[in-house]
Parts: sequence; C-alpha cells; structure tokens
Amino acid sequence: MSERVIPPALALLAALLISALVIALAGADPWVALRALASGAFGSADAWSEVGVRTCPLLLTGLAVAIAFRAGIWNIGAEGQLLVGATAVAWLGTRVDALPVWLAVPLVLVVAALGGALWAAIAGGLKLVRNVDEVISTIMLNFIALGLVGFLVHGPLMEAAGAYPQSDAVAAAARLPRLFATHRVHAGLLIAVAAAAVTYLLLFRTVLGYAMRAAGLNPVAARLAGLGVTRALLGALTISGALAGLAGGIEVAAVTFRLYEQFSPGWGFTAIAVALLGRLHPVGVIFAAVFFGALDAGSTAMQRSAGVSSVLVSVIQATVIFCVLAVEQRRRRTTAAETRGAPAEAPGEVA
Amino acid sequence: MDLTLWTALASSAVTMAVPLLLAALGELIAERAGVINIGLEGLMLMGAFAALVAAMFSGSTVLGVGAALLVGALLGAGFAFFVVARGASQVVAGTALNLLAVGLTGVAYRAVFGVTGAALTIPGSSAFPIPGLSRLPVMGEAFFDRTPLAYASFLLVPCIDIALMRTLPGLRLRMVGENPYAAETQGVAVARTRTIALVLCGALAAAGGAYLALAYARTFVEGMSAGRGFIALAIVIVGRRSARGVFLAALFFGFATALQFHFQALNLNVPFQVFLILPYVLTLLVLAGYVGSSGAPAALGQPYER
Repeated sequence: MSERVIPPALALLAALLISALVIALAGADPWVALRALASGAFGSADAWSEVGVRTCPLLLTGLAVAIAFRAGIWNIGAEGQLLVGATAVAWLGTRVDALPVWLAVPLVLVVAALGGALWAAIAGGLKLVRNVDEVISTIMLNFIALGLVGFLVHGPLMEAAGAYPQSDAVAAAARLPRLFATHRVHAGLLIAVAAAAVTYLLLFRTVLGYAMRAAGLNPVAARLAGLGVTRALLGALTISGALAGLAGGIEVAAVTFRLYEQFSPGWGFTAIAVALLGRLHPVGVIFAAVFFGALDAGSTAMQRSAGVSSVLVSVIQATVIFCVLAVEQRRRRTTAAETRGAPAEAPGEVA
Repeated sequence: MDLTLWTALASSAVTMAVPLLLAALGELIAERAGVINIGLEGLMLMGAFAALVAAMFSGSTVLGVGAALLVGALLGAGFAFFVVARGASQVVAGTALNLLAVGLTGVAYRAVFGVTGAALTIPGSSAFPIPGLSRLPVMGEAFFDRTPLAYASFLLVPCIDIALMRTLPGLRLRMVGENPYAAETQGVAVARTRTIALVLCGALAAAGGAYLALAYARTFVEGMSAGRGFIALAIVIVGRRSARGVFLAALFFGFATALQFHFQALNLNVPFQVFLILPYVLTLLVLAGYVGSSGAPAALGQPYER
C-alpha cells in the first residue's frame, strides 16, 4: 500500500516546493501565499463548505477519467461530456416544475448522465466503427460541445428575459438541496461519493470491471482470454461520459442553476490530474479531488491576501502531474511491444 | 460580392493561418517521429508571452521571436525528458504542459504587468510587401504583404517537405515514427531523434505564439491561444501528415476562422458558432475516413523502450 501512496505524496511535496519557488519569482512571499491558500481552504466552516462545492465536480470527472484510463481509453473529452450533461439539465430543468421533487431530481440526474454518455458514445462509435483515435476525437468533441453551448445560450436556450446569454433558471423542483442551511455545500457531493463507491464495485467486483482493467493492461491478452474487450472498452467510455455528464448536471442543478458560456473552469482537464494523483483508484480519486478542491477554494483567498494570481493552481496541478510521471516506474516492455496494432497506448495501471 | 471583401477575407485567412501553420509544422515533425504532443496550446501561449516580454523590454521584434524560439525549444526538451527518457504517457504529459503554461503565463503576466491585467500594446512587427507580387488582386495582399515571420513560415513548408521526404535524416526520423525497434537495429538513435523532433516542435509552436503576440494581436491576453494548439493538431491530421497538406489545411482552417469575423458582411444565415466548430467537425470526418485516410505513423503515441 505504501508504494501506492508514497509517489503521490512525494509528488505533492515537490509540487508545493516548486510552487513556492514560482510564487517567490512572481515577487510575492511564498509563506504568506501558501498560508492564505490553506486558510482559504480550511480556515472556517464556510471554507470547508466551499471545498465541498468545488470537490464535487472534480470527484465525478476524476472518476470519469480514472475509469476510462484504467481501461486504456484516453478520454480527454470529460470537459465536453460535462457540458452536454449540463446542457441537458438546463433544458429539462426548466420543464419539470410541475413534478414532485422526488421525481424531478432523479430524472434530471439521469438525463445529465445520459447526455454525457451519449457524447462519449460518439467518440466510442467512431473508434469502434472507424478506428478513430479517441484522444483526438474526444478533444474535437470538447470544442464542438463548447460551440453548441455558445449557440444554445445565445439562442434557443436563452433566458426569457433575454438580458444575458444564459439559460433560464431550473425549476425549484429540480434543484438539489443543500446539506446545511447556511452553507453552499450540497447533496451532489453525497451523490459523487456514492458514485465513487459504485465505481469501485464496478471495477473490482464485476466481470465487466475485470474486463476493463485487463483490457487496459494488455488488450491482446484480454481478448485471447475470452474477455469481451470491445464491450469493456465501449462500456468504460460510456460510463466515463455518464459520470462527467453527471458532474455537469449537478453543477447546474445545485450551484449555478443556469447554463452559460465559460461554465466550466476546466474541470475536465483538472480531472486528469485528479485521476493521476489518485492512481486511477476510486478511493485515491476522492482524496485527490478533495486536495484539488481545496486548492481551488483557497486560491481566491490567496489572490486576495497575497496578490498571487489564482491561476497559480494550474502550475501546482501541472507540477503534480509531472512529478507523478517522473517518479513512476517505466512500464514493462510487454505493454508497448506486444500490443502493436492495438490501441496506441495501453496505460491500464499508471504505476 | 465585391473585391475588397474577398481581399480582406483572404488577408484575414492568412493572418489566422500563420500561427496555425507554424504550430502544425512543429507537430508534424514530432508526429512523424512517433510522438504526439498535445501540449501545443501551452507552447503557443508560452511563446506568445516570451515574445511579448522580450519585444517590450528590448524594443526588437526579432529578439521577441528569438525568445519564443528559445522558450519553445527548452519546453520541448523538458517534454522530451518525460516522454522519451522516462517513457511517460505522451497524452498526460501534454495535458500537464498545457496546464503549466496557463498557470505560468497567468502568474507571470500579472506579476510583470500588474493586477488588472490590462492589455498592453507593443509596436509589433512591420510588414514587408514584396514589390510587384503584392499588387496581385486578392492574393497579393494576403500572401505577399506580410511580416518576415509569415514569409518564414511559408518557406518552411517546402523546406520541411524536402527535409522529411528526401534527406537521410528525414528518412531516419520517419523510420523512428513507423518502427522504432527496427530503426534501432539500423543504428538510428531513437531517443535522440525523438528529442530533437520535440525540441523543433516546441520551437515552432512557440514561434506560432510569437506571431500571435507580435503580428496579430500586438499584445498578450491570458489564454490568447484560444484553442489554436488543438486546431493545429487537427491540421496535422487533415493535412494527412505531409508538409504540403498541412499548409493547405492551415489555410483552410485560417479561412474558417476568418469567416467568423467577416460573416456579418457576408449575410449568411448561419450562427457564427458553426464556423467555430467547423475545423473540429472536419477533423472528425477526416479521421473517420470519409475524407481520405489519416496516414498515422504506425508507432505514433507508443513510448519506446530499448
């Protein structure tokens, strides 16, 4: 177990040191900045609540990326998938005001997951039918989703008042409740944790999950062993999309209540860092998501108190990824050489 | 439609195309060597920032471009360390590079230019019209009344084409991309070849960013690469991974981008987002084989271990 925790822990340490260096070079006091970061994340109940809010989408998208990467599918499209999920909720959420809450909320969540799954399935279908590399197709779909959102909020989905390019607020029936009356943290966080549990069970306690993991490690061997590799890969990508879609949908249903451009601050890409840091394991992803959520929550305080741009967290995220990459052992030759002709890379296990 | 509109459109198209062309040429070299670099976006951003800072403090756009080339080359070498020397996942490393660039340029910009992040303008490169040719209708202004960096990018196309397809080093590079194991048995140093390819890729992508900052926008805005790095990836695919194809694809995508700005004058009844997503949809179609094969090198994306 320690060999799974030490590399990420080392990576975190290195990332913090390098970030302190960057802060110093930017002319601010690293100690002040990092302390502001910490207090902005953990200094008060409000801060904790903020961490909860920011963790939710990261956890879901982190799980999405983790499950795909485990199966050897490079899903870089979590960003687009979450946008489609958010769009689906923005659309349906305004139409369910007549329904009781216990019906509206699950309906809205299902629609979000479906939206994301469908978007991912486009890439999956292209891969299955035309052998299209999912790295490029998912990236392209991200941008197409962005264009779609832009078109919708300026047009068909634009609010009735027509004042801003945003969708109408979702009906009260469709909104996720807050966990505490006075703080923003919401039920979506619980759903995210439940999703982590389900993902764990799927990956480690079902045949499909076994097939996914085997396909990720060595698709040729998995196929020879009679596991349904194609089904596993498609399943992984679709479930990945569903999780990402859910992330977007929950943000609309619980936090913003509306869809607009620049809806996502790049959750789909941060999710890659989250998944890596969490070693592609649902439990690890929970911890990593909380860490990045805390970074996000603290960054605004850091910008206010220490004058260091909140975008510094991107540097921390990047450094974490690089450190994990530098520290992990090289994959054995079998995966690269013996899977020539199979999907370009078969990461399976990041370490 | 009148001639002035076409001329303006053609000129915009080439302006949009040059940074894409530079980045795509860099990516072409890397991909032919078997490495996929999705960090082009970050490289362009860093190149733009480096160019801006160098040009501002030295007053010379040449130094600006030089700074961008240097920064790009260094980042390319760093990327090569993770991806070639350590065999790390190219996709993940590329994503990290993008994140790093966004963060570093954001922090550095605010540190150097103040909290408001107000856009600063610099004198920028001046255009050097080619006598005679620049007076051709429509195409004249578009291709022959340009800054030196743009001319350099046009010239790079045949140079890279010849270097890749007709020289021995180019052949070796392509071997490394198709089958590194076989290449190694032929005495080709795979790791070194890939590293050099990545250094060139970094430098060219950063040069694309320099063009954005010095010739196009004449300033730096956070996130100014705005997805161009990913469009460059698409261009390499649509251009079937040949220098000539990349040139044509870059022009096409530049045209599609330019259409956004002129579409109101064109009276087309189409939401402008259609032009925004056009490059990406086209890429999907090419990938799906509806518009020809994409011709990926056989060992693209696979880490090589001796």
